[in-house]
Amino acid sequence: MKLAIPMDEKRFDSNVAESFGRAPYILIYDQETSESLFFDNLAATSRGGAGIKAAQMVIDKGANALLAPRLGQNAADVLKAANINVYKTIGGSAKDNVEAFVAGKLNLLDDIHAGYHNHNPGGR
Amino acid sequence: MNVAVLSGKGGTGKTLISVNLAAVAESAIYMDCDVEEPNGHLYFKPNNITEKDVAVKIPEVDHTLCNGCRQCVDFCKFNALAYINDKLIVFDEICHSCGGCSLLCPEKALSEKDKVVGKIQNGISGNVEVHTGILKIGEPSGVPIIKKMLEDRKLREKDPTQASKLTMIDCPPGTACTVMESIQGADYCLLVAEPTVFGLHNLDLVYQLVTLFDKPFGVVLNKCLGDDHPVEMFCKERNIPILARLPFDAELGMLNAKADIAVRKSEKFRVLFSKLLDRVTNEVQHEATSHS
Repeated sequence: MKLAIPMDEKRFDSNVAESFGRAPYILIYDQETSESLFFDNLAATSRGGAGIKAAQMVIDKGANALLAPRLGQNAADVLKAANINVYKTIGGSAKDNVEAFVAGKLNLLDDIHAGYHNHNPGGR
Repeated sequence: MNVAVLSGKGGTGKTLISVNLAAVAESAIYMDCDVEEPNGHLYFKPNNITEKDVAVKIPEVDHTLCNGCRQCVDFCKFNALAYINDKLIVFDEICHSCGGCSLLCPEKALSEKDKVVGKIQNGISGNVEVHTGILKIGEPSGVPIIKKMLEDRKLREKDPTQASKLTMIDCPPGTACTVMESIQGADYCLLVAEPTVFGLHNLDLVYQLVTLFDKPFGVVLNKCLGDDHPVEMFCKERNIPILARLPFDAELGMLNAKADIAVRKSEKFRVLFSKLLDRVTNEVQHEATSHS
């Protein structure tokens, strides 16, 4: 099974990124080989729809599950269409979370936020 | 003569000023571009209302023609398309209606269809034509509706008698895309501000915007208590004309709260707004001559 995790740094023992779509890197961890591959998240700097593009990348890299602290509606829709389950991370490093996942200690992420698309500086 | 009324935040008096300036003119158009929550019609209570929908183009996929080449997915700068489980998915709300994907598709699997995002209501209230833009609830952007309202106005400007007609453009609050769209065709911008420290901050935001757009502008202070204020200093230092200082007046507040149009109810306010309209007209004419 392959796990995808949004990351701020390219180190397995560094913390999971706060955001999914705008995380600088996506880690693909292969449970069979214990191999960690870090990919630049091309969605991180996109003008909009970052969650959609990051989710597309997770699918294209062949991940079977995503571990993330939170997720927007659009990303959730893409992952759902691809039957990829999302698990809520518990804080700490990617390593901590992979271990927790293997031990069956991570719960499915079900509180999906509506996204942060209301850009209206100075408005109501 | 198109005059846009804007402010850095909501509740400063944009609608109060737009509505009363339109009502005090001999004949005028009032355009409510605050399409997320238009409220000018509550004052005008227009008759003979006609409505038309405003639609944008969004892509539609013919799954039998799509071969999964993903050129459209890679092309879309807003990531409105995803290709999952051998199927192209379109995210309508993310799409900015550029039409690029359907032009690009080598298989002609993408075409465009209309999506209604809101409507424009036109009606009459005495001497004023009332145009109200209304965004459909849940739609992310009012820009297409504002664009359509201003296009309609522009078409009518080909007739010189229509071009000279006073058009008050009541803008959304703030400095977002919808405001930029609203002021595009304006000959003059009125910046409404409250004489408070917070009001100064908000004035500075719209001041920067109209400067960036190179629009002639002046300030109207609303809810004034008569004492000197940092907002006055701000305008003085930058040579920004203050066209009027509307008083913090209980009677004006009462009329407004009852959704009455002050200039239609009270001689005192008819004179006040009439003076402001003269001042604005002079400023616009002055701009026109100094730039020709």
